[in-house]
Amino acid sequence: MTRNTIILTFAIVVGSSGVQACRKKPQAAPEPSAVPVGDAGAAQRRADSLATAQRRADSLAAARASANDDGTQAALRRILTTVVYFDYDKDQLRDDARALLDAKASVLSANGAVTVVITGHTDEQGTSEYNLALGQRRAAQVKRYLETKGVAENRMTTQSLGDSQPAVQGNDEAAYQRNRRAEFDVKNASGALARPRP
Amino acid sequence: MLHMTIRRALCALLLLSAPLVAQDTTRGVRIGLTYDPGSKPGLVVLPGRGVGADSIRAIIQRDLDFGDRVAAIALDAGALGEASRASSPNWAVLARLGAAAAVQVTPTATGLHLAVYDVAKQTTALVRDYVAPPMSDLRTWRAALHGLSDELEESLTGTRGIARTRVMFERANRLWVVDSDGEQPMPVTEVGSLQSSAWNPSGTMITYNSFMPPAKIMVQELATGKSRTIVTGGGVFISPVFSPDGASIVYSHGIEDGTDLYIADLSGGGGRRLSVGRGSDNLSPSFSPDGRRIAFMSARSGHPEIYTMDADGTNVELLTPLEFGEKAFRASPDWSPDGRSVAFHSSIAGTYQLMTITLRDRGLKQLTSDGRNEDPSWAPDGRHLVFVSNRSGAKALWVLDVETGRTRQLTRSMNARNPAWSPRLSSN
Repeated sequence: MTRNTIILTFAIVVGSSGVQACRKKPQAAPEPSAVPVGDAGAAQRRADSLATAQRRADSLAAARASANDDGTQAALRRILTTVVYFDYDKDQLRDDARALLDAKASVLSANGAVTVVITGHTDEQGTSEYNLALGQRRAAQVKRYLETKGVAENRMTTQSLGDSQPAVQGNDEAAYQRNRRAEFDVKNASGALARPRP
Repeated sequence: MLHMTIRRALCALLLLSAPLVAQDTTRGVRIGLTYDPGSKPGLVVLPGRGVGADSIRAIIQRDLDFGDRVAAIALDAGALGEASRASSPNWAVLARLGAAAAVQVTPTATGLHLAVYDVAKQTTALVRDYVAPPMSDLRTWRAALHGLSDELEESLTGTRGIARTRVMFERANRLWVVDSDGEQPMPVTEVGSLQSSAWNPSGTMITYNSFMPPAKIMVQELATGKSRTIVTGGGVFISPVFSPDGASIVYSHGIEDGTDLYIADLSGGGGRRLSVGRGSDNLSPSFSPDGRRIAFMSARSGHPEIYTMDADGTNVELLTPLEFGEKAFRASPDWSPDGRSVAFHSSIAGTYQLMTITLRDRGLKQLTSDGRNEDPSWAPDGRHLVFVSNRSGAKALWVLDVETGRTRQLTRSMNARNPAWSPRLSSN
């Protein structure tokens, strides 16, 4: 199979799930795929993770509704800059992250001049050297996914700040979850953003 | 069990005073205490006279104590007075205290005067004068004194001490160095998103990575503070180290397909890829002392383990045992100066502990169990490790003697990370 077919197949599979996500009110994301083995706080982490996912899904739904209702610029920008979150020591995209990225891809497709800097971050577990690499893998994974959704490769730059800039302080799972993330810095978007085609 | 061969000491002294004998490789004076690794020779540091004598005594006593090879015998004021009441040492008192030797360091107009006494033979084993800077130049003065301690340790045990070394570390996005005894912490870079660092073999240059985009690998001369970029670009540049010949830097770099190890010459020309990680992360390189192999962390099996490879990237081998089904996290390898083992940290029971693994038979040894302990770096004596531990609360640097298990806290400041122990230093 050629690379193009792989990407196409991937796009179709992901695309159809994206359509479903648009029809229904987003449900709570499935539980995180990896819970560290032998961890006493695993249940708590799972609960925190689910809660975070739910909050993200809700805010996404709200952002979508708002953009669809009145097409406010603020809502479009919020879609572009909404942070996506990751599981412990993972760069794989969770379902809640894919839903958010689908929405970003739609806005980016409708605004061809806009470029994005994707910055990967990690929690403080692991070594700072490993975390710099992990943050870069997260940013790269996001970029690859957006590419499969039709965003041109040269509109996106990836970088990593590792564990150096936590979103929140703290050394519990709730803090860690909010720090395992990719952030989006949008450039060339000073004018009015076009609404994505329905 | 311990006895001194004064004849050897005299020979050594004669060699020192004979300028025609070129390239003496004995380096300093060996007074020939037969050293049994299982026990430490007892030593009394006698009080000296003159300005600063008390500080000198305290520093030397602590250096020898931290070296873990000589038992510096602590004396109360009464015993001290007794031991040194006359112009010559009180042999009877020293023998009763279990001292094999006694030393006295006295400040002079130009530096320091050292006298070493053999208690069993009741003789003066060694007398030597050192040129030292004035005490007002505190950092340099202390370095000279640490150098004296190291020579003293070598003369007593046959192994040079590590008092005249420093530890570099990162705190608050800036690199610092601190003396081996925890004194004189000093920043060596400006603040600037700096992460891990390493010394060159002579201790005159350092290399480090700056991760604020555009990320880069830098080298800096310590004497002048002058720095320059070795490689830069998109993505990440991580964990640089000098090759043992000091001519090149091995580091980790990646953009969108994991990270791999690269090598770049100091003279320029950019990086050449060494490892083939196929999308996995490969970082934290550490050279074997002969420069032929490199230990590094790789997640190619799905989680971080320690591997070794030839310096050109070929002949990759898994070093740490891959326990099937268990997601261990093993990282931060540092090849020991004697070449026989690699120190690293491993996930154990939900936290990290220091371990060593021998190259010959893959023998594993767990070195710590108190708190979270990570990022080990060997001292040049191959016996002490500096590492990060949260055992006292906040993350600080600690030193472990791997032979006795004795630990001491090196830094009190919070959030010190990525320590790198210097080679033995000769300038400043």
